[in-house]
Amino acid sequence: MERMKRILLMGNPNVGKSVIFSRLTGVHVIASNYPGTTVEYTRGFMKLQDERVEVIDVPGTYTLEPTSKAEEVAVEMLKEGDLVVNIVDATNLERNLYLTLELLERNIPVIICLNMWDDTRHLGIDINVEKLEHFLRIPVVPTCGITGEGIKELVSRMPDALSPSVREHNRDERWVDIGRIVGQVQRLTHHHHTLLERLEDASIKPLTALPIAVIVIFLAFQVIRFIGEGLIGYIFEPFFENLYLPIVMKLSVFFGQKGFLHSILIGKLIEGEIDFGQSFGLLTTGLFVPIGMVLPYVFSFYLILGFFEDLGYLPRLAVLVDSVMHRLGLHGYAVIPMILGVGCNVPGALATRILEERREKFIAATLMSIAVPCIAQIAMIVGLVGERGGHNLLIVFSTLFIIWIILGVILNRSVKGVSSEILIEIPRYHLPQIGILSKKLWMRLLNFLMEAVPFVLLGVFFVNILYGIGIIDLSSKVFAPLMSNLLGLPKEAIAALIIGFLRKDVAVGMLGPLNLTTKQLIIGSTVLAVYFPCVATFAVLIRELGIKDMLKSALIMIVVALIVGSLLNLIL
Amino acid sequence: MKKIDLTQMKVGETGSVVEIRGGDGFVMRTQALGIREGKKIRKVSSQVWRGPVTIEIDNLKVAIGFGMAKRIMIEKEDGKDEANPFNG
Repeated sequence: MERMKRILLMGNPNVGKSVIFSRLTGVHVIASNYPGTTVEYTRGFMKLQDERVEVIDVPGTYTLEPTSKAEEVAVEMLKEGDLVVNIVDATNLERNLYLTLELLERNIPVIICLNMWDDTRHLGIDINVEKLEHFLRIPVVPTCGITGEGIKELVSRMPDALSPSVREHNRDERWVDIGRIVGQVQRLTHHHHTLLERLEDASIKPLTALPIAVIVIFLAFQVIRFIGEGLIGYIFEPFFENLYLPIVMKLSVFFGQKGFLHSILIGKLIEGEIDFGQSFGLLTTGLFVPIGMVLPYVFSFYLILGFFEDLGYLPRLAVLVDSVMHRLGLHGYAVIPMILGVGCNVPGALATRILEERREKFIAATLMSIAVPCIAQIAMIVGLVGERGGHNLLIVFSTLFIIWIILGVILNRSVKGVSSEILIEIPRYHLPQIGILSKKLWMRLLNFLMEAVPFVLLGVFFVNILYGIGIIDLSSKVFAPLMSNLLGLPKEAIAALIIGFLRKDVAVGMLGPLNLTTKQLIIGSTVLAVYFPCVATFAVLIRELGIKDMLKSALIMIVVALIVGSLLNLIL
Repeated sequence: MKKIDLTQMKVGETGSVVEIRGGDGFVMRTQALGIREGKKIRKVSSQVWRGPVTIEIDNLKVAIGFGMAKRIMIEKEDGKDEANPFNG
């Protein structure tokens, strides 16, 4: 049987490949306004002349001589493609054409998608498309991925894609050719600076950029909290308490309020009542934790993150923090894995790919796993620790921040190898589009519901099983000296540490029924954040770092958790 | 005309790239971002504590780490005489 045809979407970083990919295949992938959003390739399918073909969203690359891991992936993919849709940023023709010329030297048909066409007008750029087609001898279709303009024509002209089989040039020859082509097809006229463009400069010049960054981060936190708390207080809690509780109560009565099924599904009754925080049944705590406590914060966090991603703010933040990050053995762009890690450590771990050196990946992954709790865990800590007063939350999060700094400085001095420097394109600001923003948010929420919730349920299920077969009692006894002498926690808290391997939010929730003092709650939450990543993150980290580095990283995590836990126990 | 590196340039000044000092990989990466000999650039910002330099080149802004910026040599544009106290 003949292999299915494969179309590759290739282009420089941040030219809008992922948006075009969504338009062509209907498969939604995370697209943002910063270089390096796509670090792994995604596949989808589309109809081309009544034939089903495979479409691949290839990570952005400047050249076919790879300089990073993401670029290597891109070049590897080229070997197995039948057609390249070369996505070119019309506002940066010259630089984008380098990859185009390299592609034309390969033996593969190419069509150009001249994206961001709408931006050329207000930037005073005038490109003669026919002339460009004439010079390159391949079809060129202007598009605007965000509005979908030109996509139909792009699809209808794909069959015309050609391989002009240009002889191989060297680098200088290609630049000379590009200079000639651009000189012929592009005319620049003066344009007036818009408000957004003035903001672009203001948010990168230190005198204005630092206050802007402080305000942005402060406001972001406030808004995330406001929306998260609002959703819980006005929608989710009333729903669970008023509508859902009576239903599960009836079910509990139906099961006769005891027995195996009752304890798995409903859990323990607290003074004859179901307590969503403490009962620990699949239908009670198992649903309340992910939906009633975590989901509202997942929603508000990704709403705000999506806005700043699409605006193009993150690379500017990277530039501002660059010199501080160098003290931690990283450069500014390492804020991307850290920020994504706040949403979920899994994409955070994947994003370490935008760092070049093994040493940087190791430091970034270790720091993220230890000191950056995911939003699910944060939501639980806010719910549980915040109940005892806001200043307690401050203790937990500033402890994590101090760990991040100190451990970073130590790793920078002790991990062998070199660290690279930042060299990134700073994208123009784009006003985020509601449609694209909400699709991205929806994808991330769906991802949470489909991937995280099953793990939460599994976690709650295991809690019951492990208690049932006595494993938790046994390990409580074994680890009792460690837990009480070193960390000042009751021996039962070991159960949370065991379940924390699976899901951190469930683990934090397990501290709830233990009647801990505020001090113990702070220590417990902090140790849970630090001591080990959840299984999903762990799996990705093994793949990204290799088993040897991951074991080293894990050892650091456990040691740091014990030290920090004991210190907090002594100080507080 | 004096050759200076990117970090020595003042914010707001323009000039042309005259030399990129470094290995093949470095030259390739900077070229890919549009930084090549003969290109006109404008310095947009610098950061404290040996932070990155941001330049504008064509329609594009690029942030360059301090160490790398030291290896990109610039010839300043005419009209900005260094002896003139009102400049810079």
